[in-house]
Amino acid sequence: MSNKFLKVKIQKELKEFDLNVDFELKKKRLGILGPSGCGKSMTLKSIAGIVTPDSGVVSLSTAEEIVYFDSTKKINLKPQKRNVGYLFQNYALFPNMTVEENVGCGLTKDDDEKIVSEMIKRFHLEGLEKRYPRQLSGGQQQRVALARILAYGPDVILLDEPFSAMDTFLKEQLRLELINSLSDFDGFSIMVTHDRDEAFQFCDELIVLDEGKIIAKGDTYDIFENPKRVQVARLTGCKNISEVEIIDDHHLKSLDWGMVFEVSEKIPSNITHMGIRAHDFSPAQEDDVNVIDTVNSTLLEMPFEWEITLANGLWWKCDKKIDDHQFTIPKYIKVDPKDIILLED
Amino acid sequence: MMDWSPIFISMKTASLSILITFFVGLVVAWGIVKMKNDTIKIVLDGIFTLPIVLPPTVVGFFLLYIFGVRGPIGRFFIDFFTVKIAFSWSATVIAAVVMSFPLMYRSARGAFEQVDSNLLDAGRTLGMSEWKIFWKILFANALPGIISGGILAYARGLGEFGATAMLAGNIAGQTRTLPMAVYSEVAAGNMGEAFNYVIVIVIISFIAIFIMDYVSIRKEKQWR
Repeated sequence: MSNKFLKVKIQKELKEFDLNVDFELKKKRLGILGPSGCGKSMTLKSIAGIVTPDSGVVSLSTAEEIVYFDSTKKINLKPQKRNVGYLFQNYALFPNMTVEENVGCGLTKDDDEKIVSEMIKRFHLEGLEKRYPRQLSGGQQQRVALARILAYGPDVILLDEPFSAMDTFLKEQLRLELINSLSDFDGFSIMVTHDRDEAFQFCDELIVLDEGKIIAKGDTYDIFENPKRVQVARLTGCKNISEVEIIDDHHLKSLDWGMVFEVSEKIPSNITHMGIRAHDFSPAQEDDVNVIDTVNSTLLEMPFEWEITLANGLWWKCDKKIDDHQFTIPKYIKVDPKDIILLED
Repeated sequence: MMDWSPIFISMKTASLSILITFFVGLVVAWGIVKMKNDTIKIVLDGIFTLPIVLPPTVVGFFLLYIFGVRGPIGRFFIDFFTVKIAFSWSATVIAAVVMSFPLMYRSARGAFEQVDSNLLDAGRTLGMSEWKIFWKILFANALPGIISGGILAYARGLGEFGATAMLAGNIAGQTRTLPMAVYSEVAAGNMGEAFNYVIVIVIISFIAIFIMDYVSIRKEKQWR
């Protein structure tokens, strides 16, 4: 794995914006996080060869370099030649073929049966060989789709929002299954999603896309801890974001919430916004640092959380037990100066 | 004694013409679906659909203009193969093909467009050849629509009258198809004879439609 890398550099003119993506993948799992219509799927389709970019390079280096696409050298391998597996949103199982036929569809005759039966066993599909996709549950369909891709022995697996059309319960179960199935896959996988939980669970590295441009890339934990940009903060689930005016090196004034906050790190001059995660508040005394008065706030009960909306629009989420139905909002709450996220637009 | 020749001629004509219409219709429909230039697509679609909206005699007029003894193709066949197309049996096939083509083409096109394009892309990323993708995925999943298009086109070819009359005429034992025979018998005042031919046409048409429904219902049930 150590010397392998996947290089992707794509430009493509789209209707709404220009797609301009450039990254190199060295770790096993990459996530591409972004709102719908930001060019995520287009990026995956360009890697798979389903869509042709206007210019750029897509290549995979293992023992040798395989160039999938290079606009200057006029190389554009057909999807058939790229050895890239693509898991579609709806799985794209062939409705006219049985489970067996689906799994074996990309294989040549010789070793066909052996691999198919291996995959059927590995993905616990025994007994379903003769069924058609419509007769399967969502989970079984996902396993058939993965078996079909892995039977073909791909170098790279692309996952296009695999859980977006599912209810919460099934989603969580299938996520776990997917992570397990891919754990012994030795190639690269790239998952496209607009769901921060999926990105966080699945990916070693993360790219955040907005309107076709990369606005953040790096280690998944780093990006969640320090999002740096307003859109990234929003996509990683930061509920409270406000425009600010810098007062001095350690103080800034929120324009949306009408109050001054103390910040532990030195505030760089390019900071235009601040963010506070909804879980980062705690009860406080009147004379603490960064104290907010909770007068006139609204309380909303969720199964495992209290959601408190303060009069100035700030959100506070506080964990609770399922059988706990009483909550008294403290008179004052505070946010630790080191928990304030500094952002630029 | 009933003259059986119109039945044989009609069966022969309808069978050969559906073979041609079916495959050409499939290929043309696939070509149009894949076409990226919208203007050319609309123009070609208009041309391929025209025979179904024009009066059959007008289509027959154009065909006569092209395949007649003075027409460009008609002349060519006479000069090089000494074969006269107009008013021969082959003219009944040409008329049936041209008139039934739009039904096959439009049904196949609609059926192709119904197939999720992700399926085709999935096939490609799985290394299936374009040929295999066409037959095993596109064709197989569009089959119910394609079959009903084929049967409609067959029935249309069997019942073709106007264009056939213009290009092939009504020569007993050669170009007199069933619809022609019905017309001729009625014109001659033989209502009984005409009635026999009518019965034959109704039976064949009904069987065709029955097969169409049976096949498409069975296919859909199998996948569910």
